[in-house]
Amino acid sequence: MSDSESDDAGKTSEPVTLLRAPVSLDYEYSAGQSASRFLRAIEQGKLLGQRCPVDGRVYFPSRGSCPQHAVTFGDEVVELSDKGTLVTFSIVRIPSENIPLELPYITANVLLDGSDTILMHVLDASLDDVHMGMRVQAVWKPKEEWTTSTANIMYFRPIDEPDADYESYKEHI
Amino acid sequence: MPAPVEKALTAPHKLEYTYKRSLGDVLSKFFTGLRDRKIFGIRRPDGSVMVPPKEYDPDTSQSLDEFVEVSDEGVVESWTWVREPRRQQPLAHPFAYALVRLDGADTSFLHVVDAGDESRMQTGMRVKARWADETVGVMTDFFFEPV
Repeated sequence: MSDSESDDAGKTSEPVTLLRAPVSLDYEYSAGQSASRFLRAIEQGKLLGQRCPVDGRVYFPSRGSCPQHAVTFGDEVVELSDKGTLVTFSIVRIPSENIPLELPYITANVLLDGSDTILMHVLDASLDDVHMGMRVQAVWKPKEEWTTSTANIMYFRPIDEPDADYESYKEHI
Repeated sequence: MPAPVEKALTAPHKLEYTYKRSLGDVLSKFFTGLRDRKIFGIRRPDGSVMVPPKEYDPDTSQSLDEFVEVSDEGVVESWTWVREPRRQQPLAHPFAYALVRLDGADTSFLHVVDAGDESRMQTGMRVKARWADETVGVMTDFFFEPV
């Protein structure tokens, strides 16, 4: 149920002015077959996408069916590299209560090699260097710490490769 | 769809809105009263007393300010037995939800009667508030029990 507080805790002569009335729902969430397979693979350090049978696009991560064509992907998977191209990015200078990153930080939209969908993540790079088309690679937690979670990848980091051609990522902007 | 090979992963997910509501003058008076082990109603233009108090008259929309202290004892007008309480309900053992009209009030309100057994519940029975050792100004500062 609810509880109150008065202006001055401990001073019972003060009127009660607040009522706590939380609404709380406890769910047991099931990832389903496709996301479970994806998470079990990432626990092994593998990044799995799935290909749409209609247009051949690779979705990463995969929810088991194509959001565009409404067909299931079945059991076939495509293993992706953890290297990719930085398509777009933002430099964040405003703190958020639930994001434990030092300011400023760079949010990154990464197109992993072999994927046709963008992965949103964080980039560890110099603010002066960061640019569209930069080649990047995932930085993983130590292997012993891997679990069934996308947090196994801590962030992305630039790698020493020539920038990707604009044509190769322009449709993802 | 091919037969699943492994059990899907699950995880608990709590969705919570942690509301804190400010109390205006009328509800502050009511909840402060509970902390002091008193129950306040409010008088309507027609002379009747509403418990708990409302800020505005439901029929005329006039703003109300005449508080009336009512008894912490009254009558059960209707009730439902809760045989298997859920985690978020007021008591962990079986109890009754009841509409109780306190002596001095013209309206009833929903609360809990800790009767112990369903056989003790009866429409028209009298109940009295059993106050907590430490009251803080919430509805659960008291539960009703049979007189």
